[in-house]
Amino acid sequence: MKTKMLLAGVTAGVMFAGSVLASTLDDVRARGKLNCIINTGLAGFAAPDDKGNWTGFDVDFCRAVAAATLGDADKVNYTTATGKTRFTKLAAGEGELLSRNTTWTFSRDVDLSQTFIGVNYYDGQGFMVPKALGVKSAKGLDGASVCIQTGTTTELNLAEFFAGNNIKYNPVPIETNAEAQELYKAGRCDVYTTDASGLYATMMSFDNPSDHMVLPEIVSKEPLGPVVRHGDDQWADIVAWVLRAMMAGEEKGITSKNVKELAAKDNKDKEINRLLGKDPLQGLSKLGLSPDWAVNVISQVGNYQESFEKHLFPLTIKRGMNALYRDGGLHYIPPIK
Amino acid sequence: MSEKTYKPGNYPDLPPPPGTVGVYGWIRQNLFSSISNSLLTIISVVLLYYLIDGIIGWFFLDAVFDAESKIACRKIDDGACWAVITRRVGQFVYGFYPEAERWRIDITFLTMFLAFAPLLYPDIPKRKWLLYFSAFYPFFAFVLIMGGYFGLQKIEYSLFGGFMLTIILGVCGIVCSLPLGILLALGRQSNLTVVRTLSVCFIEFMRGVPLITLLFVASSMLNYFLPPGTNFSILVRVIIMFTFFSAAYIAEVIRGGIQAIPKGQYEAADALGMNYWQKTRFITLPQALKISIPGIVNTFIGLYKDTTLVVVIGLLDPLGIGRAALADTKWNGLSTETYLFVALFFFVSCFAMSRYSLWLENKLNTDKK
Repeated sequence: MKTKMLLAGVTAGVMFAGSVLASTLDDVRARGKLNCIINTGLAGFAAPDDKGNWTGFDVDFCRAVAAATLGDADKVNYTTATGKTRFTKLAAGEGELLSRNTTWTFSRDVDLSQTFIGVNYYDGQGFMVPKALGVKSAKGLDGASVCIQTGTTTELNLAEFFAGNNIKYNPVPIETNAEAQELYKAGRCDVYTTDASGLYATMMSFDNPSDHMVLPEIVSKEPLGPVVRHGDDQWADIVAWVLRAMMAGEEKGITSKNVKELAAKDNKDKEINRLLGKDPLQGLSKLGLSPDWAVNVISQVGNYQESFEKHLFPLTIKRGMNALYRDGGLHYIPPIK
Repeated sequence: MSEKTYKPGNYPDLPPPPGTVGVYGWIRQNLFSSISNSLLTIISVVLLYYLIDGIIGWFFLDAVFDAESKIACRKIDDGACWAVITRRVGQFVYGFYPEAERWRIDITFLTMFLAFAPLLYPDIPKRKWLLYFSAFYPFFAFVLIMGGYFGLQKIEYSLFGGFMLTIILGVCGIVCSLPLGILLALGRQSNLTVVRTLSVCFIEFMRGVPLITLLFVASSMLNYFLPPGTNFSILVRVIIMFTFFSAAYIAEVIRGGIQAIPKGQYEAADALGMNYWQKTRFITLPQALKISIPGIVNTFIGLYKDTTLVVVIGLLDPLGIGRAALADTKWNGLSTETYLFVALFFFVSCFAMSRYSLWLENKLNTDKK
């Protein structure tokens, strides 16, 4: 009898956990802080500075969402998560937003009941070689020994790419990124392959970064983006439009420096007026945001370009695919009207 | 050296021949006793010189103790760049605990020694009064660290990190798992079937599952089972898992101690008409615990070092803080310095525990004196 009751209790608990009790925005406002799940440390994307403040490209996005919803980019509680725990932490409600260089895939989107709200960084698997090797393209890597992390998608991508191009290679299996760095530095492998952003970060950790280069071939698609839970469309829309507002800022030339000025005057470009709350933006009240939401985002965090240049340029990462469509990149946002 | 000659006979008062005693004698006998030996000695000294010179140079002479970043370090000198530690020592010690509130941690840890002193050293003066403080200490420490009462600012657990997190996890785990382990060991030896079965199941389950699995259960699974709104901090969940895990090991160590006690001891206790609790309190446990000290301390040191595993569930212990520091573009690549520093901390604390256990063993060693 007791066991049955206990089971019933547990079941009820599980069912409760699956349902949404109040809107996420209300929860965040009531708490006065946004709970954001970030990486435990990835160069350029999330790392604490000497004073203990988290900074980085992914951290900036948490700050942007806090600025839009709470009016203050500093009102964020950061919860760190590893690759294995990030989805359960989000599902369990330890955070409202997962901003942790997460690749958007079918099964993560559908099977894990999450909503990917867009792409804030297009990554892909690349190859790093010492310049002394004299290789200019991944197709010239015939017979090279390649350091590769076992049990990851990178292993499969590598096999597919080399088989497709009829290139022989010699895999050197390794467990962790740190181990790979040591082996590569010691010359045990000619090539190191992982996500391009990771390659740049690894390269910067060397004493002479300029002795190495990342080859132009990118052999996999890794669209990284922020994630929220299924079931609260209002919250998903807020997060999605915060990302788009940052990109719109770059597109329209709105920066953290001139945003206050542009918000105060009547601009010829009516889209700027609507974004910055000068002209009414139909439906904004449904999101539950105040008219100055985008002003808060851009003035406190900056537009997409500013965030990118601040955190990723020091790693010598170029805009490439992450430029706006008009500059030959992939970021193309819907119009704000 | 003048050679002195003696007539045949006994000369008991003569000093030993020169070159066989003292530093000189030792060197001659051990380092230069033959040509090959002398050669090896010289080669070793030269090698040692280069090694020690290199190590000291890297650690101290060529090291940079304060700089803006790794690049700034390299501009000054090419040894170790300890600036990554000195600039972040606060983070290594307190994690992300707000700077203005760090005095609370300082007080908690200083008073911790006061609370532990009467438990660890029975001969301490005013022990009785200190014991009252020890009993009160857990509440005191909890309120001071977490805040939320008496006008203290409430601190989110996600800000905990660094050595402070290791010490909290380690000390809570150690303090809670010893009594639980003793109970489990007694339970396993009990004549009551239910108690014995439950203890056996618990011990075998906990020992049969890797700690990392338990940590994932703590971080992920429990969230699904508990109704939403029960905000049961991950720190508490992890401490409970650590306690259960090490209690199972402690129980087996103590069971070994209990079984090592000669049967005559129990029979004598029975003959004196003692009941179960008297027998346990006065006969079994004092002897069993004394025998098990090395095993218990061994388990504790293991537990203490296992606290670094929390990094896999995203808590930032010193190792996690170190990795996060390395992810900062300013300090990227200084892994040797960071990991050495963390290793030094663990070595110092584990060595202290092991020394204490030796001291305790000698003190309690009544039968072999």
